[in-house]
Amino acid sequence: MSSQIGVITFPGSNGDQDSFDAFALNLGVPTRMVDYREADLSGLAAIVLPGGFSYGDHLRCGAIARFAPAMESLKSFADAGGPVLGLCNGFQVLTEAHLLPGALLRNESLRFHCRWVDIRVETTRTAWTHEVTHGEVLKLPVAHGEGAYFADEETLDKLEANDQIVFRYCEPGGTVTPDANFNGSLRSIAGVCNERGNVVGMMPHPERASDPMLGTTDGLKILSSALEYLNVGV
Amino acid sequence: MPKAGVNDPEGEAIRGGLLSLGYESVQRVRAGKHYRLRVLAPAADAARSTAEDMATRLLSNPVIQTFVIESVTQAEEA
Repeated sequence: MSSQIGVITFPGSNGDQDSFDAFALNLGVPTRMVDYREADLSGLAAIVLPGGFSYGDHLRCGAIARFAPAMESLKSFADAGGPVLGLCNGFQVLTEAHLLPGALLRNESLRFHCRWVDIRVETTRTAWTHEVTHGEVLKLPVAHGEGAYFADEETLDKLEANDQIVFRYCEPGGTVTPDANFNGSLRSIAGVCNERGNVVGMMPHPERASDPMLGTTDGLKILSSALEYLNVGV
Repeated sequence: MPKAGVNDPEGEAIRGGLLSLGYESVQRVRAGKHYRLRVLAPAADAARSTAEDMATRLLSNPVIQTFVIESVTQAEEA
């Protein structure tokens, strides 16, 4: 199996180079930038949808990106069990593409939040949480205006029952409180996965916490989890 | 429009503005988006049906939004 990581760049992506650097430089694994017009994703072991403002966030965040040729192929890749990670705008794209349940709404405060947050790992069964422990607290940055997770009550209950809630906003000590839920996400949800656990979306940016120079390397645990999942080693 | 039960901070902020202007009777504001489409179709019904399809598949996100198609008027294509 190929160990190459693919980072898809859409018009308006701005976290693509950060994601590339995190894998290529900080983890030292073969990584390739994938243009959104590319339909052939063969040879990729895992795919990252980076943060940013794909298509200028027009219509709704992530709504237009799902029509890109690369997204069609990504859907087949995900259906076949390939690990996919959506970061921030990438998470929004995955919900709009129906690869993940729910939607991301405008932050409750109506403000764009650019800050450090603490998130608690709620499940380690996903492709992207193999290297963290249940209940572990990760310190990661967020930068978004529309990150309030929403799904109807029935879907939220289903997510809990199926162990699909991957991260929750919490206090540094790990307690989930209304105060820590800075953007107004339902049930403090910071990240979810599909039923199978190979597709994960999250609002915080692990790629921006992947080098000691950036303040923390907590994000590396998430990024390298897929490598372990694929047994390609780091 | 945001579905019932979907938090709409934008609508709330607008309501705050209206209250500041003295419109104390405003109980609730829900903010949505409005699109005007020109659709080439053999009849109004067909255009409406196309618009419904487009609204369901792209213009709205059924997870968080509802939509209404307000009116379909027939016009000569310029």
